[in-house]
Amino acid sequence: MPSIQVDIVSAEQEIWSGEGTMVFAPGVLGELGIAPGHTPLITKLNPGDVRVLQENEEEQFFFISGGILEVQPHVVTILSDVAVRGGDLDETSANEAKQKAEEALKDGAAELDYAQAKAELASAVAQLRSIERLRKLRQ
Amino acid sequence: MAGAKEIRTQIKSIGSTKKITKAMEMVAASKMRRAQERMKTARPYAWKMRNVVAHLAHANPEYKHPYGIERPVKSVGYIIVSSDRGLCGGLNVNLFRKAIHSMSEWDSQGVKVNVSVIGKKASAFFKRFSAEVVSEVTDLGDAPQMEELIGAIKVMMDAYMSGDIDRLFIVSNEFVNTMTQKPSVEQLIPIQANELEMDEGKMNHHWDYIYEPEAKDVIDVLMSRYIESLVYQSVAENSACEQAARMVAMKSATDNAGKLIDELQLVYNKARQAAITQELSEIVSGASAV
Repeated sequence: MPSIQVDIVSAEQEIWSGEGTMVFAPGVLGELGIAPGHTPLITKLNPGDVRVLQENEEEQFFFISGGILEVQPHVVTILSDVAVRGGDLDETSANEAKQKAEEALKDGAAELDYAQAKAELASAVAQLRSIERLRKLRQ
Repeated sequence: MAGAKEIRTQIKSIGSTKKITKAMEMVAASKMRRAQERMKTARPYAWKMRNVVAHLAHANPEYKHPYGIERPVKSVGYIIVSSDRGLCGGLNVNLFRKAIHSMSEWDSQGVKVNVSVIGKKASAFFKRFSAEVVSEVTDLGDAPQMEELIGAIKVMMDAYMSGDIDRLFIVSNEFVNTMTQKPSVEQLIPIQANELEMDEGKMNHHWDYIYEPEAKDVIDVLMSRYIESLVYQSVAENSACEQAARMVAMKSATDNAGKLIDELQLVYNKARQAAITQELSEIVSGASAV
């Protein structure tokens, strides 16, 4: 049976690498099944399960929170995101980083504000986490 | 004996300092190993990403992303990657010096400089410096996470897309080996063409991808992920540098404390002997007087 090299990586680590006879991935336009010899393709992925069928009939499962799938003639690469990403969520964290800089500039008394800023940041992070969880549930 | 007592307390206090620095050295050593591993595990992604981006550049898609286009420079952005904590020798200071050197070159050409800081040390430093700080991320901890960096990077990428900055640089430490960390300034955007060179063999296949949903969408995401992965890589590398620098700094502090204790011990022994000799001679002279 023909097989194809499959690499699944995220920014923080290499998740899996090996040979597979078929790869299933949640593309933005629908579920994709990639067999060896697939024409070159590049697509965004939705959060979901990636399955790799191996030669020994075993199946590998991975949950990815979105990313990019690239098919080259001899290799399939999945560049997985490390977190659920969305326009509005990215926006929120960008605003947070901006605000933090502004706040830090405004206030001279670093030590006092530092503790407060830290507490605020912690709560903001918690909020972000829960948004993520919600999104995951909704998927 | 008054002098001897003072010396003894001094020896004791240096001894406890030595214990602390020794402990910090060992902690840094074990953290460094993990940080190095993290640095290595981040590499495959950046590497794959680079291959895909390079391929895209050569596949001649109908859409050319702004990150690939040079434009006249009116203002520039810097992402400064520093550590959250100190006691790591000259690591941050050297980095800031390099950053300021590079910034002042732009400044003398009348180019505006925006700064995005990562890490508390950079945040504290650039508050006092005249450059405009547009975003700030601190408290990344020992295991920096991509999620926490996204905000700071997006601010800069948005600024590039909206024309607020025309070039983006990243300033971070390069991990050469445990003893050496090299501060470096690198251009992130526009992506430099020589970075996207591919192996000669692969150049022969000129095939383009099928894009889903559309070339523009996919390339946009790809480009921003690419930049993010580069920044993450720098942060991971900088964290390994921090631990290495701290380990070396703490080792020399421990050594210095040891030397100091040896010297003081010598002085103390002399003082003690002098005191005993003096007492003896007093007793002897007292006895002879009787």
